[in-house]
Amino acid sequence: MSSESEKETVEKKTEDAKLTADKVSEKPTPAKKPAPTKEEPELPAFEKGIADKIVEKFGEKTTITYVKPDRVGIKVGRDDVHEVAEFTRDVLNYDHVDSVSGVDYPADKEIEVVYHLSSYTDPTLSRQILEVATRAPREDDPIPGNDATRLPSLRDIFYSVEFHEREVFEMLGVYFEGHPDNRRLLLPEDWADLPPLRKDFRNKGR
Amino acid sequence: MSSPTLPPGLAIQKADERIMTLNVGPQHPGSGHMRIIVQIDGDYIVACDPDPGYVHRGEEKMAEYRNYVLNIPHLERPVIHDSCNILYPYVLGAEELLGLEVPERAKYIRVIASELNRCVYTQYWLAIYGIFLGHSTMFMWPAGDRELLIDLLEKMTGARVTHSYFVPGGIRNDLPANFEDVCLRQVNYFEKRIKEYADVFYENPILISRTEKTGILSREKAIGLGTTGSVLRASGVDYDVRKKEPYDVYDELDFETNVMKSGDSYARSRIPWLDMMESCRIIRDALQKMPKSGSVRVKLKPNPKGALGSVYKRVESGRGALGCYIISDKKPEPYRVKLSVPSFRNLIALPQLLIGEKLGNMPSVYWSLNYWPVEADR
Amino acid sequence: MLKDLITPQNANVFVGKLGDILEKAIDKPLGYAINWGRIWSLWPVHIETACCSVEFGAASSPRYDVERFGIIEAFGSLRQCDLVVVQGTITRKMAPRLRLVYDQMPEPKYVIAMGACAITGGLYFDSYNVLPGIDGILPVDVYVPGCPPRPETLIQGCMLLQEKIKRMKARKFV
Repeated sequence: MSSESEKETVEKKTEDAKLTADKVSEKPTPAKKPAPTKEEPELPAFEKGIADKIVEKFGEKTTITYVKPDRVGIKVGRDDVHEVAEFTRDVLNYDHVDSVSGVDYPADKEIEVVYHLSSYTDPTLSRQILEVATRAPREDDPIPGNDATRLPSLRDIFYSVEFHEREVFEMLGVYFEGHPDNRRLLLPEDWADLPPLRKDFRNKGR
Repeated sequence: MSSPTLPPGLAIQKADERIMTLNVGPQHPGSGHMRIIVQIDGDYIVACDPDPGYVHRGEEKMAEYRNYVLNIPHLERPVIHDSCNILYPYVLGAEELLGLEVPERAKYIRVIASELNRCVYTQYWLAIYGIFLGHSTMFMWPAGDRELLIDLLEKMTGARVTHSYFVPGGIRNDLPANFEDVCLRQVNYFEKRIKEYADVFYENPILISRTEKTGILSREKAIGLGTTGSVLRASGVDYDVRKKEPYDVYDELDFETNVMKSGDSYARSRIPWLDMMESCRIIRDALQKMPKSGSVRVKLKPNPKGALGSVYKRVESGRGALGCYIISDKKPEPYRVKLSVPSFRNLIALPQLLIGEKLGNMPSVYWSLNYWPVEADR
Repeated sequence: MLKDLITPQNANVFVGKLGDILEKAIDKPLGYAINWGRIWSLWPVHIETACCSVEFGAASSPRYDVERFGIIEAFGSLRQCDLVVVQGTITRKMAPRLRLVYDQMPEPKYVIAMGACAITGGLYFDSYNVLPGIDGILPVDVYVPGCPPRPETLIQGCMLLQEKIKRMKARKFV
């Protein structure tokens, strides 16, 4: 890494810190506590019901990041994500994954993997998207597959994540434990650089 | 399938002397821009490993360097013949982050452009499907009729395929004078033409014998694999984002979704054709209900900054539900843009469908997935 | 006359030069005939590399009907092809395959670079996985600009290639 890119990462770190700080301040609405005063009437009832069910079951293990019309976002620790996913499938009737996106947060030294769950079979959920986010530790000098950046795979719960998780593995270097096929998917076979969607990987000329 | 260290070409191990490994693509008339590694036992496929990525251009990374408006041209390139639809979720998401309210007339024009584009996409897909099945007439007819709608889109947007028509806050320019009449006339003629495809293609006994009962995807599997669009609806799941989560003005328009139960290649090839007729209906309805005048775009500040937060929007494209996940951190450039594309989601069904199928059925099964490799690779 | 010219002493020299003499005599008409044949049977390899293939397909549609120029007929095997139309972006994964395809084709072979991405990288100039043009891997005969080029532009590019072949020395490849 050159000094220039280091400078850039430092810059970004400060901004990311800001970002996370804002997020924390925005995060409140824990549907668990019926305390918040002004945001209470805005919360859509059905979505709040979903959030309440999750919080009721898992309590402290999950955080509700937002409740918007048709969208619920939750955040889960990496040890509990498997359990939570099983709960969403069996009890909440979400049956497939729309998308799996990896997001790099160098300031937190973490990589977030976001699952967007949706349902075909339950007509009440047809508008809904449940966002399950979980984070893996990030290493500055990654060796994809052989470092601490690991998460449990959800493939045994939602079969549809198979290719998505392979994509996240090569794009961000998150190894999915329990995934039977952690191979490269889109990048060339001889790719030897950093995983390209990490923030410290810069496109040429940028 | 095997150990993760092997490169894709070697991943399938030789189990038996009888088994032969075939590379289909990337230079192959029946593969498009991708490679499918199949293992065959005699004439039957026993293993299949799709290898996409030949057109992976790093759109998602590029989107992190450009602001919300500059992202438009390159984000539509993955499916240039469906460019309005692939931009749709991105533009909807950007509008929510930038806090823009779209004028009513722009919403209707967007719907018209999006439906025209769906027809243009489906016609191209149908033409290639004809070629894949060795049916040259079915290449010529859709490829020729498609040009009618391209003419319309060219009048609207100024470009044949890469429109860049949707911008955050509305559309780029208003309709040209007299567009409604021309559009109605062309669309009516187009609908008459596509109805004729039934005789030459869909009721053709050769086509039926080649596609019926091949590559059957059961309802449970279609749901479990998370397939979308025509693949899902051909398996008997009535799910269309336009109906289930209407965006813009789709809730005011009159249309139906098409569902078939059999889940074979024939059903998958028929659903997009039926959808085109619904698109014609939507266009006519939208032309009627559209406000005749009014602004089509709200003014956008130069280099607008997105609000803090994330947004996940989805629309129904020519291939299925297309989602866009944008994370913004109060900067002109999005922090992360993720396109969840239907082709990529449908690709997972390919090994399931091909195993146990004859090699000769591979092109028909593969293309019936409504798969566009460039989009899947991004 | 001829008898006088060819003596036993210089017969060998004469036979050695026979090729050159013949070539000089029939080079032009033969070359013309060979080039004429090549011009009207430019068959492209079936390799799609990116989104320009949509417009490539549209060029064969009834409206544009590119086959009336004897070019770009949809064709199967690359052993019988003599034209590569590089339809857009070449990624790092595709580049070795493209070169492999080119190497397997019989001589003579021509290359058309279609679209901005194939010429310079185009819109994807800063992408990590896209080559900045295909000049580094293939010798290009004709550049067809556009993003994507209209079918008319592609047809014009093919006709330029025909013009170019007309002026080429056919002998080089006989």
